[in-house]
Amino acid sequence: MRLLGKYMGKYRFQSVMAPLLKMAEALFDLFVPIVMARLINTGIGNGDRAYILKQTGILVMLGVIGLIFSITAQYFAARASVMTCSDMRRDVFAHVHELSFRDLDRIGNSTLITRMTSDLNQVQNGLNLGLRLLLRSPFIVFGSVIMAFTVDAKAAWVFVVAVPLLGALFYGIMLKTLPMYRDAQKGLDAVTEHTREQLTGVRVIRAFVKEEDEEREFSARSAELKRRQLSVGGISSLMNPLSYVIINLGIAAVLYIGAVRTDAGLIMSGEVIALVNYMGQMLIEIEKLANLIIQMTRAGASLGRVEELLAIEPSQKFGNAEVDDSGNTAVEFDHVSVRYNEGADESLQDVSFTALKGETIGIIGGTGSGKTTLVSLIPRYYDATGGQVRVFGRDVRDYRKDSLRDRVLTVQQTAKLFSGTVRSNLLMGNPGASDEELWSALETAQAADFIRAKEGLDTVVEQDGRNLSGGQKQRLSIARAVAGHPDVLIMDDSASALDFATDAALRKAVKGLGDMTVFIVSQRASNVMEADRILVLDDGILVGSGTHAELLKDCEVYRDIYGTQFGGEEAGA
Amino acid sequence: MSAKKLPRDLRRDTVKKIFVCLGPYKGRITLSILSAAVIVAVQLLIPVLTGKAIDLMIKGATEFAGVLNYIILIGISAGVSALFSWLLRISNNRVVYGISEDLRKKASGKINRLPLSYLDSHLSGDIVSRIISDVEQFSDGLLLGFTQFFSGILTILGTLIFMLVTNIRIALVVVLITPVSLLVAAFISKNTFGFFKLRNEIGGKQTALVNERIDGMKLVQDFGYEKVDMEQFEKINKEYTDATVKGVFFSSITNPSVRFVNNLVYAGVGLTGALSAISGGISIGQLSCFLSYANQYTKPFNEISGVVAEMQNAISCAARVFEFLEAEEMTEDPADPYELHIDEEGGDVTVEDVAFSYDPARPLIEHFDLNVDAGEKIAIVGPTGCGKTTFINLIMRFYDVDKGDIKVAGHSTRSMTRQNLRQNIGMVLQDTWIKHGTVAENIGYGLKGASMEDIIDAAKRAHCHSFIKRLPQGYDTEISETLGGLSQGQKQLLCIARVMLRIPPMLILDEATSNIDTRTEIRIQKAFNAMMEGRTTFIVAHRLSTIRNADLIIFMKDGKIMEQGTHEELLAKGGLYRELFDSQFVRT
Repeated sequence: MRLLGKYMGKYRFQSVMAPLLKMAEALFDLFVPIVMARLINTGIGNGDRAYILKQTGILVMLGVIGLIFSITAQYFAARASVMTCSDMRRDVFAHVHELSFRDLDRIGNSTLITRMTSDLNQVQNGLNLGLRLLLRSPFIVFGSVIMAFTVDAKAAWVFVVAVPLLGALFYGIMLKTLPMYRDAQKGLDAVTEHTREQLTGVRVIRAFVKEEDEEREFSARSAELKRRQLSVGGISSLMNPLSYVIINLGIAAVLYIGAVRTDAGLIMSGEVIALVNYMGQMLIEIEKLANLIIQMTRAGASLGRVEELLAIEPSQKFGNAEVDDSGNTAVEFDHVSVRYNEGADESLQDVSFTALKGETIGIIGGTGSGKTTLVSLIPRYYDATGGQVRVFGRDVRDYRKDSLRDRVLTVQQTAKLFSGTVRSNLLMGNPGASDEELWSALETAQAADFIRAKEGLDTVVEQDGRNLSGGQKQRLSIARAVAGHPDVLIMDDSASALDFATDAALRKAVKGLGDMTVFIVSQRASNVMEADRILVLDDGILVGSGTHAELLKDCEVYRDIYGTQFGGEEAGA
Repeated sequence: MSAKKLPRDLRRDTVKKIFVCLGPYKGRITLSILSAAVIVAVQLLIPVLTGKAIDLMIKGATEFAGVLNYIILIGISAGVSALFSWLLRISNNRVVYGISEDLRKKASGKINRLPLSYLDSHLSGDIVSRIISDVEQFSDGLLLGFTQFFSGILTILGTLIFMLVTNIRIALVVVLITPVSLLVAAFISKNTFGFFKLRNEIGGKQTALVNERIDGMKLVQDFGYEKVDMEQFEKINKEYTDATVKGVFFSSITNPSVRFVNNLVYAGVGLTGALSAISGGISIGQLSCFLSYANQYTKPFNEISGVVAEMQNAISCAARVFEFLEAEEMTEDPADPYELHIDEEGGDVTVEDVAFSYDPARPLIEHFDLNVDAGEKIAIVGPTGCGKTTFINLIMRFYDVDKGDIKVAGHSTRSMTRQNLRQNIGMVLQDTWIKHGTVAENIGYGLKGASMEDIIDAAKRAHCHSFIKRLPQGYDTEISETLGGLSQGQKQLLCIARVMLRIPPMLILDEATSNIDTRTEIRIQKAFNAMMEGRTTFIVAHRLSTIRNADLIIFMKDGKIMEQGTHEELLAKGGLYRELFDSQFVRT
């Protein structure tokens, strides 16, 4: 909530004016029955046509002023609510840039996206409605009571009884139904999930001949959904009829008291009509108010989620140093350990090695052996929980984020491209690169041929690179990294979709890039065999380090891996 | 709400089908309509009663008995109206939720009867949205729209008739001003529509950008792309904001404008009413009644214009639902099916001159012949798109052959029910499928009433017992595609355990170990070997190490068998298989 104040502060004028103007409009609405009462009592009572005309004029004028006020208020409300949320959306997006990879993993993409889209939209709607109605509706409700008192204090007591009754009714039903609506929503989620599973698992379901079981389960879930919907619907169905009864009982009471008072000559029929009108107005506004409260509760929950996101402190702090690549050792691991979660096993245990400038380092091991964890420490995607990682002789934590990430580039396992063109994607790591540089990067990545066959650097890349094959995407993402001229290039199993010949040519080309230090991560011995040094990981432990020949001799795990892939004795089928 | 307009004949057709859907609810719907009529009548009556009561209030000469009478009538009317309005809602709920449930159950059964060609060629997200949100919008929109429309019309007609009967002059004032309200509403909605369309377009673009960049946030940070990223976002955010302010504002002036017209009607009624009252044309009570009507009368007009859009939307949603429900189903199983028991008859498979293609314009498999003896292990290799998986689809009868025949134990697979055929075959696929439920439920999926011991035993043989034990609740841990944090490899091991639990007499392993690292794969190989013992097995794999012991290796390319033989034979032949083998194992 404090957050909201901060953001709305910028639109203070609109945020204050919108409700005030709406309140003014409501005030005019409240005058209408009084004017009408006078028109009836005095105008008709005295047969004064001029007076009637004058009062009608006043009614029209009240309408015109109300309209102007109201439209101005709507404008202010729209501006204030939309702009506030637009600012928040921008700041959330900027904040996400600051979050560390670990933060991103923990929070999850879908949560981030929902908060930036549907949650903020919810806030915007709530805010807009709130600015318009939060003052107006209560004002009309209580205004009607007060006006009733000015019309006739005795009869007004009916209002004093009716308002809390209506309030209690709305509040009670809302309180009762809110959790039930949530249950119904969960029921719907369960049906949705089952539908999705029935579709994604269709082959398995049919192979196991489970069609009838799945159908039965679906029926059970949708019957449960219907049960929940009906039970919440049953209760919320009471709201309208009951409030209608209360209001009409109120009108009946007003009529009775009105009859007594009119008979005694204390009031006239015009006043009775005014009282009846106020009752009617009140009913409409209380309904709106109830709606508003539901909307605001939802918006409040959404706002809370946005606030929570903005309050997350990025879990990494960066230093100020610039990378200086003049030294001879590119990357050093000094007794490095990583534990992702407290109490969990270490994903990397006491790993030490040194990579010299210009060397190619192969990293091999089975699924979950810690290969990706190891290389992700170099550009500081994650931090070591023990030991020290040094790049060009300095602890990686000393470096400025952009400086370190500029010098160390990774080609990820799953190639990701942004929609745009080949050029816009290649320029990501090096905005100033010339076309020649880009083409040379494409050559290195074995991507030049197919890009040339399309529309060159201006070839359109659709969202997620949908218009490209897996292998093409991989080669483009390699070219993107190469175009950034990093000092350290990490290829994390990034050529898996390439055929053998292309892969070999790629490795050769990368090797020819001069004194770039290259890390090649793979499950396949054939990909790392030629490296200057190969690191062998098994369950997070560095079990071997050396050239292919050395490892074949000394490292059992490496022999094992090599054997399974190159048809040693152990290979069965 | 953008109500897409359907072609006229499709719309008529859809409406007909809607009536069929409504059939079982005829009674309830009649009740709803009657209730709506009663409510409208009573709501029109109450202002009349109020007016009459007011007319009886005269200084010093009030007829208390009369007033009391009217008051009691008002009380009764309110009670009646409330009762019917409650009935209306309850019965509407039953119809709406009932129809939704009916349609969804039908859809769930439909999924099971649709051919895979349909399911493979339609996005599952689209089907889900038909079954979930279209069904809801249809049943909701239709019924609410209908009752609102109905009571709206009744209210307008009732008010008009009453006003005309009571006083033509005042009624004319109301009738004359009404079109203004309609014009204003139409004018505004016409103009806001453009803004909303623009806003939705830009909003769509912004959401796409947010999705892309959040999904690629690591890439953004990795490449120091934050500044450019932010600039692009701010640009579209600003466009979106501008369009939204306009859209929200213009749509929000409808209400005040209509309210203003209502105020004009109200003032007009006041004026003409008061003038009539002076000349004795109407009583003050009648005037009060007129004033109440003036308030009620214009409301339905606004609602009806909204209702029309809503109904149109409901109909187009219904059309989407029906389109799914009426999609062509699989061919019927034979009326007098052969009952296959591979375990007794042996699992030899004969493929006779089979032709098949997904798209008639692009033939895939043609003149495909193959003989497999019971208990043989057949490995199928070849480049992507060569027809390996298609062949599996045909054996399982996920797809039917266009020409030729596939026989198991000498019987055409089309002479038996699909279910009977599949019960005889166990299958592990490359794409893992985990159902939301516990680990144990997932392993026990294929065998009803499997004991915990059986499940644990299967898990041990599939080498997943050790990681399952490390899960928070062991075998009771809840998992799904996204829940539980299982890796692809672990999911695949669970799918293997599923088959291990009850091993059918024939097996299909389609890249069954593609996500598992080579060392685990070797450990699991022993279990696989035991499983395949004596069973006809088809193995699709791209790792040649897993298939070299097969009795027969088929090399496929472009839907044809290019080479077949044992590993040694094919290597000696020095053809395509040799080439593939060299590319994987030998370095240049």
